[in-house]
Amino acid sequence: MAIELKMPALSPTMEEGTLAKWLKQEGDTIEIGDIIAEIETDKATMEFEAVDEGTLGKILVAEGTENVAVGTVIAMLAGEGEDASDMANAAPADPVPGEGKDVGRPDASGEGSEAEIAKPAKKSGVKDPEIPHGTNMQTITVREALRDGMAEEMRRDERVFVMGEEVAQYQGAYKVTQGLLDEFGPKRVIDTPITEYGFAGIGTGAAMGGLRPIVEFMTFNFAMQAIDHIINSAAKTNYMSGGQMRCPVVFRGPNAAASRVGAQHSQNYGPWYASVPGLIVIAPYDAYDAKGLMKAAIRCEDPVVFLENELVYGRSFELPELDDHVLPIGKARIMREGSDVTIVAYSIAVGLALEAAKELAGEGIEAEVIDLRTLRPLDKETVLESLKKTNRLVIAEEGWPTCSIASEIVAICMEEGFDHLDAPVTRVCDEDVPLPYAANLEKLALIDTPRIVKAAKKVCYRD
Amino acid sequence: MAKAPKNKTPRSPAENLDFALHSLQEELEKTKRYDASEEQLKHFYEQMLLIRRFEERAGQLYGLGLIGGFCHLYIGQEAVAVGLQSALTEKLDSVITGYRDHGHMLAYGIDPKVIMAELTGREAGISKGKGGSMHMFSTEHKFYGGHGIVGAQVALGGGLALAHQYNDDGGLCLAYFGDGAANQGQVYETFNMASLWKLPIVFVVENNQYAMGTAVGRSSAETEFYRRGTAFRIPGMKVNGMDVLEVRQAAEIAFKHVREGRGPVLMECETYRYRGHSMSDPAKYRTREEVQDVKEHKDPIEGLKKILIEQGNSEEDLKAIDKDIRKVVSEAADFAENSPEPDPSELYTDVLVEEY
Repeated sequence: MAIELKMPALSPTMEEGTLAKWLKQEGDTIEIGDIIAEIETDKATMEFEAVDEGTLGKILVAEGTENVAVGTVIAMLAGEGEDASDMANAAPADPVPGEGKDVGRPDASGEGSEAEIAKPAKKSGVKDPEIPHGTNMQTITVREALRDGMAEEMRRDERVFVMGEEVAQYQGAYKVTQGLLDEFGPKRVIDTPITEYGFAGIGTGAAMGGLRPIVEFMTFNFAMQAIDHIINSAAKTNYMSGGQMRCPVVFRGPNAAASRVGAQHSQNYGPWYASVPGLIVIAPYDAYDAKGLMKAAIRCEDPVVFLENELVYGRSFELPELDDHVLPIGKARIMREGSDVTIVAYSIAVGLALEAAKELAGEGIEAEVIDLRTLRPLDKETVLESLKKTNRLVIAEEGWPTCSIASEIVAICMEEGFDHLDAPVTRVCDEDVPLPYAANLEKLALIDTPRIVKAAKKVCYRD
Repeated sequence: MAKAPKNKTPRSPAENLDFALHSLQEELEKTKRYDASEEQLKHFYEQMLLIRRFEERAGQLYGLGLIGGFCHLYIGQEAVAVGLQSALTEKLDSVITGYRDHGHMLAYGIDPKVIMAELTGREAGISKGKGGSMHMFSTEHKFYGGHGIVGAQVALGGGLALAHQYNDDGGLCLAYFGDGAANQGQVYETFNMASLWKLPIVFVVENNQYAMGTAVGRSSAETEFYRRGTAFRIPGMKVNGMDVLEVRQAAEIAFKHVREGRGPVLMECETYRYRGHSMSDPAKYRTREEVQDVKEHKDPIEGLKKILIEQGNSEEDLKAIDKDIRKVVSEAADFAENSPEPDPSELYTDVLVEEY
């Protein structure tokens, strides 16, 4: 059977080219790999190589022809036992210019518009498990709550292990992994060299291989060297594999500003990771959420970025003494109910928002404080429900304002809560500068309670 | 206070007095080629030919606009994947590679139809059409991709090896990368940890002489890649990657070393890619004569064909094999061309595993 030789596409964007030169003539024997012709595009000259053997029949596009559309039949090739001269005149139908790129593709027009595609169902109405009446409450630091969460899951599941810098013998740079080496041994509590890109890749690969790694970054600032694996390897592989590949890894460590450590050690990466489909991003505030969400993160089948805060590690909170305290991912928590204004916060800013609410109450303004807890997927429902009630909203975020979680909440309120707004949604963030070292400048750059109070009063038209 | 771990920590490589960076190379020098049975030889031939014909067809489909984006062909390098993967233990060992991955999948016995259908972006593709040429996986075959970021597969492979060690399953990871990826920092971060922890991994540098358009001599201070493990006390091997029997022999030696718990091996396979870096590469950085010379004198398939003929197979026998393979490839291409595109609802699936 004669084979049609078509104008090849030599790059993803090529639509047409010039047939510069025929290197074989009609009647020539063609072997696989022979260069038949040279084709020019605006970028390069490429060789057109034979992928079938036979005899070159009719040349249908003369050399020197410009603007030959990809897919146009340029010559015929006679196979074994065929007579090339027989088909010399059997030219195919006229090529349709510009048709080439779509040869054989189903008609894509009119399908796939957003309205027709069902988005995945979102779990709705999920609440934190009830704490049985009479449950003992313990006072515990966030640091201990995180450690206990990890230890409980390591007892429960042999596949769970911790790796990172100084996590084992040193007991953790911030002592979050204290005692884990003693209980679980060096196989499951692994000290790594200072090599973030490498060990983030190894942790991700181990998750792909069926384990459940907890990868500690001494701080998330250093995870910048590893962000390729977090995003390109961990977040995207399930999708790219059509759902075959699993990557149940937890990347955890302190995030955002600590104290007087300068710009390179003081950044909130919440908005960065929260912008990536395929990741779960959790940023708890108190010990209750730190433990309950840590356990949920470790059990989660998806890759999780778990953002802690160094300044909160040592704070103590009440925690119910339960055998298995696991909280739902993707659900915000109402920390304080109020009717006049909503303050949305996460991580360390939740503490500031609660302080602000207390102050505002003294002035007769009842603020509702929402802790997002999970930054991706974001619990829009809880935010919008609160807005419906208070009609005013302020976001408090310890991080830069531009392209922030605060910006995202503003967008959500505009798109889905506009009718409920009585005042512009207002962001209270850090100043838009690298964090300075000098004590006075650092204080000026960071979000604080008075700024949240001021913004809340402003949206209540009480300033 | 830091406490010493209760369990015995693995001995550091530096303490191992028997360690010899050249021991595996010396072993290979003793017997260079694997003593394959007639059946094995034929199988190698079939597999290499399948890769070549498949890739030729993929190039053709690309030219027709049926395959989009980037498409990196494995033509010329067939002996590397076939020689190495034929020595693996199926269902136990894991394999990971970069974006030039079609050949490794075919060498692992994955159905050409689902690979070709992935190239054309169809529902029946191995990644449901959502990955494309560079992102294909088969967890069933323990083939873990298919990674588009140059060098990333090396660290990920370290993780797969860690999982083998952690589970004590006796398996190893085969992690392929190119001479280009060999200059990425994370490769050396992984070498360090793999050697420190004695991970069961074989690092394979497929040195095809060009990192995209840059010849190794223009990008690498040390072009003898097998030596690059020396600083991490990883033994190196230099292998003729155009000879499937030498590659297989090297695999036997390297896998034995790794399975004995002696840590990683770095194997450099010298090979050559006949086509451009990707389909859109005009390959102006080398002469046509250079390519022609390799095709005429070093071609892995022609080399094995010669052996098969010496052993009494006729040209007709081999032609019949080629004919059968062309049929398989044609069927794969027809399947890939005629399968439907993914349903629009697939847009939102597989982003996350769980619902939240």
